[in-house]
Amino acid sequence: MFYKSLSRMKQRAGSGPAIVLCALTIMLAAMMPARALVEIDINKGNVEPLPIAVTDFISNDDIGRQISEVISADLRRSGLFAPIDPNAFIQKITNPDVAPRFEDWRVINAQAIVVGRVTREADGRLKTEFRLWDTFAAQQLIGQQFFTQPENWRRVAHIIADAIYQRLTGERGYFDTRVVFVSESGPRNDRRKQLAIMDQDGANLRFLTQGDDLVLTPRFSPNRQEVTYMSFANGEPRVYLLQLETGQRELVGNFPGMTFSPRFSPDGQKVIMSLEQGGNANIYTMDLRSRSTTRLTNTTAIDTSPSYSPEGRQIVFESDRGGRQQLYVMNADGSDQKRISFGDGSYSTPVWSPRGDLIAFTKQSGGKFSIGVMRPDGSGERILTTGFHNEGPTWAPNGRVIMFFRQPAGAGGPQLYSIDLTGYNEQRIDTPNFGSDPAWSPLLE
Amino acid sequence: MTTLTRIARNPVALALVATLAIAGCSSNRSMPNNPGELGLGGNAAPGSRQDFTLNVGDRIFFNTDSSAIRPDAAATLNKQAQWLQQYPNVSVTIEGHADERGTREYNLALGARRAAATRNYLASRGVAASRMKTISYGKERPVAVCDDISCWSQNRRAVTVVGGAGA
Repeated sequence: MFYKSLSRMKQRAGSGPAIVLCALTIMLAAMMPARALVEIDINKGNVEPLPIAVTDFISNDDIGRQISEVISADLRRSGLFAPIDPNAFIQKITNPDVAPRFEDWRVINAQAIVVGRVTREADGRLKTEFRLWDTFAAQQLIGQQFFTQPENWRRVAHIIADAIYQRLTGERGYFDTRVVFVSESGPRNDRRKQLAIMDQDGANLRFLTQGDDLVLTPRFSPNRQEVTYMSFANGEPRVYLLQLETGQRELVGNFPGMTFSPRFSPDGQKVIMSLEQGGNANIYTMDLRSRSTTRLTNTTAIDTSPSYSPEGRQIVFESDRGGRQQLYVMNADGSDQKRISFGDGSYSTPVWSPRGDLIAFTKQSGGKFSIGVMRPDGSGERILTTGFHNEGPTWAPNGRVIMFFRQPAGAGGPQLYSIDLTGYNEQRIDTPNFGSDPAWSPLLE
Repeated sequence: MTTLTRIARNPVALALVATLAIAGCSSNRSMPNNPGELGLGGNAAPGSRQDFTLNVGDRIFFNTDSSAIRPDAAATLNKQAQWLQQYPNVSVTIEGHADERGTREYNLALGARRAAATRNYLASRGVAASRMKTISYGKERPVAVCDDISCWSQNRRAVTVVGGAGA
């Protein structure tokens, strides 16, 4: 309901970034392009985070401060921004429509300042206005306003954070996204597993299954409206589709064996998955409209974890056809299968980056489990994090951040973490229970 | 089905189920495989799930990443095959499992491979394929929970469950 109405609104709004959006402009008495505009080069390793002042949005109630806090938290967690403690602010913003006193913000080394206002329309909608200023160039970088239902206030905050991120880094943001994952509770030898969905920052968590059936490996459809996953419902481990809006569940195909490790094709028309028969696992696709199935691999090995390249022409998967599990790439029709991983140890759970430039994987070597990336031709392998057990990477839609799960040694259970491509900025995502198998949603286009 | 019904009507067998359940709860290390450990073998109703578990041994173990039937496992499976030929109306579900030192998808396939290897072995010993169903739980159902080989080696297993899934 929510996403549908938003996308409808968006169509009316044209090509703007979200909800209902209008540009705000201010006539500055003096434009001073004396200095290059502030920007972050996120291709450098270990970037010095950009000091930014996110002021409380003006409002009659608490909502303005809450929105600012969500924006601040998003920017901080990205590792690219260092929001300044509001106690250090000199100027108190009372009118976000006039230019701030830039010298007051330069003194505290704020490279950029975010101001805004939240009001309620007569029809009950929330109107959120914000401006991003470059304090040293004394120039407005963004001015936008959004109209939405009050319950969507967190989403507006994420959209604003994405706009700031994009303006200052040149890359698309990833804050207005959600994560579907397996929530795990109970003792380790009797875990209750439920599908759950939440915002990327852990807010708005909702359970999608009750925990009666073992469920694993949920993955988003490109339009974020569906999830494909594996369930042991009725004692038959099979791949299912779940409509997020209606909760309707549907078996994918009628296969004579266990189906598992599903993922959507980039156009959303197919589910690619493994089918196990007689102990062999091969990769199949099922066209969701015609219901026709196609077999892509034909070995006596374990071929699984298929993932399409973003344009849909190639597929990366794991296979133990050569002994231990390694990564292979093939064309979308199954032709030209070739191994790409050749390092020590074994490689599994490959996922193609939404940018197309990298493949993330789990690597087992020397008794440790690592998350790493390599180019699609197998070159340039880099390990981002290593330890007792790290598994199951998923990409943020901008291809800059990876989420995965980590099982510590000893008591306890798996938890969700994110790490950026530099390998420096690792963050835990708080969930009420243990969590595994995260899958990051796309951005709404 | 008929076997299960018979168990349900048999108070001795029911008492045994309770004993097993409690033993399972109090030990987080392993499930019994050797009837001598429990000293209860003689009391199970012949042809029952308990009889099979206690007097034959319901599970076999595998090496890391392997689905090869080891000599110790073959000995257990030979006894299973004999027992199954003695009770030709019993059907079984063979559950394949993996330890936690692997990724989820691979372990689902590995558990399936182990279940299939177990089924194939039993079939080679004369058990009709139509009496055997397989399922893989991957690494999702460990019986032993610790972070060393003493547990991992018990979790790399195939369990022959008399009367179908559910154990």
